[in-house]
Amino acid sequence: MEFNKGLNRTLVEQLSATKQEPVWMLEARLKALEIFESKPMPAWGADLSELDQDNICYYLKAGQQQTSWDKVPDHIKQTFEALGVPQAERSFLAGVGAQFESEVIYQSLQKKWQDKGVIFCDTDTALQKYPELFKKYFATVIPAADNKFSALNTAVWSGGSFVYVPAGVHIDEPLQAYFRIDQQQMGQFERTLIIAEPGSSVHYVEGCSAPVYRSSSLHSAVVEVIALEGAQVRYTTIQNWSNNVYNLVTKRAIAYKNAHVSWVDGNFGSKVTMKYPCIVLKEEGAQGQVLSIAVAGAGQHQDAGAKMIHVASHTRSSILSKSISKEGGRSSYRGLVKVIPGLTGVYTRVQCDALLLDSKSRSDTYPTLDIRSERVDSGHEASVSSIDAEQLFYLMSRGLTEQQAQAMIVNGFIDVFVKELPMEYAVEINRLIAHEMEGSIG
Amino acid sequence: MLIIKNLSVAVDTKPLLTNLSVTLSAGTVTACLGPNGSGKSSLLATIMGHPKYTVTAGDIMLDGQSIIGWSVTQRAKAGLFLSLQQPFEIPGVTLRTLLKEAFCALHGPDALDLYVDRLTQAMSLLSLDYQFLDRGVHAGLSGGEKKITEMLQLLVLRPRYVLLDELDSGLDVDALKRVTKALHAFKKVCPNSVLLMVTHYTRLFDELAPDQVVILEAGSMTHMGGTELITTVHAQGFAGLMHQDDTHGV
Repeated sequence: MEFNKGLNRTLVEQLSATKQEPVWMLEARLKALEIFESKPMPAWGADLSELDQDNICYYLKAGQQQTSWDKVPDHIKQTFEALGVPQAERSFLAGVGAQFESEVIYQSLQKKWQDKGVIFCDTDTALQKYPELFKKYFATVIPAADNKFSALNTAVWSGGSFVYVPAGVHIDEPLQAYFRIDQQQMGQFERTLIIAEPGSSVHYVEGCSAPVYRSSSLHSAVVEVIALEGAQVRYTTIQNWSNNVYNLVTKRAIAYKNAHVSWVDGNFGSKVTMKYPCIVLKEEGAQGQVLSIAVAGAGQHQDAGAKMIHVASHTRSSILSKSISKEGGRSSYRGLVKVIPGLTGVYTRVQCDALLLDSKSRSDTYPTLDIRSERVDSGHEASVSSIDAEQLFYLMSRGLTEQQAQAMIVNGFIDVFVKELPMEYAVEINRLIAHEMEGSIG
Repeated sequence: MLIIKNLSVAVDTKPLLTNLSVTLSAGTVTACLGPNGSGKSSLLATIMGHPKYTVTAGDIMLDGQSIIGWSVTQRAKAGLFLSLQQPFEIPGVTLRTLLKEAFCALHGPDALDLYVDRLTQAMSLLSLDYQFLDRGVHAGLSGGEKKITEMLQLLVLRPRYVLLDELDSGLDVDALKRVTKALHAFKKVCPNSVLLMVTHYTRLFDELAPDQVVILEAGSMTHMGGTELITTVHAQGFAGLMHQDDTHGV
């Protein structure tokens, strides 16, 4: 089954029929399509004027994405080389074929999780196998009408992860989308739904530092997280899209009583990223944390940030955002901290630090603090720095090349973020930074 | 051997050093003294290749080769090492990372056994806790800790040409003892290394006697001699050298 480019009602109907979905899902998709068509493009944030909506393939079945290794651009291949990505994974990352080695690991973990009642599968499978659970939570955190791209995603979503953790269950090792992706190609319109029942804990990890090449230019995911009483959810994303991709993502979590949610979000690559992970602190004792880094190189605009919505007393939030701009790249921090009237004991902290590697590059900060309660402990700090010539001199006097010195300083700048990552990711990020520094020195 | 020959140096177009000549032989310690602003630190930074300083005349020869035009990295790889008076902070980078990366840069990535040996020895000599290695490079360190950090690098990297800028400034008696202990240990393991120590105090030399002493004033070398110059400076200040010009002037 292959669909024509361009989006219309027939396409959505075909898509839903192919997947043999229940009627309510088809209806949800069609309604979302209407909303998508009626909403204007966002007039704020990054420039989306070059995004050609009629020239996007809205549904690609697995295996249709990228057909030949020869067609993968050289610079992507060179990056794989520099990062030491194993040959077996390269094809997969480049969209050429599936990765098979992870299947074995996945199967054994799957067994372990199933014994605890944990569900971890792709979202299409979840809709078929767990229809009641699915319907109860789907689009409850991010309704289709939230924004133009959440409407688009709801209309044409395919793939993504579905995670359900029963009450009181703690998953020790991170759940990695990576293990799952061999079964279903990473989609353009992924839909991810995570439900953590009371007293459970889970760390979900998606992406990798190696560049993911797609010929398709739009990636628009929706991620919904529900953390029920006392649950702890951490969602870690490392994305390194090829630099033709518009990455327009909506991520939101609801934290109920005493629940802790954190988004750890690393944005490399892409042409444009617009992503503002949000946490709604819905009941007392809820805590939210966003840690993010963005690296913007030539021709790239990373418009990223975070949103914290305090709707209950005695809630805490913290946002730490780090950005690096180089070779004329642009990074923006766009954030919102909202505290509704009548709350007490609210604590919120925002810190955004920008590092500019040259005078061509740009960094902006758009923080919004909308605080309607009086007893709020709030703080906002922002800094912009560049690499000091004396720091470079010092490190070079120890034998490092200028590139190595620069990479070391940048890695130091993002260290607070990298420390939060699983070890293998931390190592990859340090290598990626070193690689990114090559060629950024004139 | 490090030979500085008729060296003149400027920052922008402003001359800082004029016609300096000194030879530093293998295994020797040279003390360079002078009042504040006499150009001592500029001399060390120039030898290390700091981009701010332009050599306008003369030459710097390292093992028979001119190093004018070499990058800072090349000079470090040729064996030069500079310890700054006020080392810069590199936030988020741990001393452990810096030591290992620097060691690999100088000795190659396959010499990690050697690295571990040297690090273990140096940590024990300086009575350092391994947690010290997890602190940021000079970030939030006291004056004494910064100098200990530099000494640790010296002992692990074992450079052949060591340029020390005001190593003793801001140190209390205990910190000074640890620093001199490190220098003695370094001399012992690297007997052929060249040390050039810049200071405007003389107390460091009570513990480590120099083989030659040069005095800089206003960018020129006014005296060259032995430890008797230090004795004079210690007793009478730099002004005390004035009447000795007949015997020691250059």
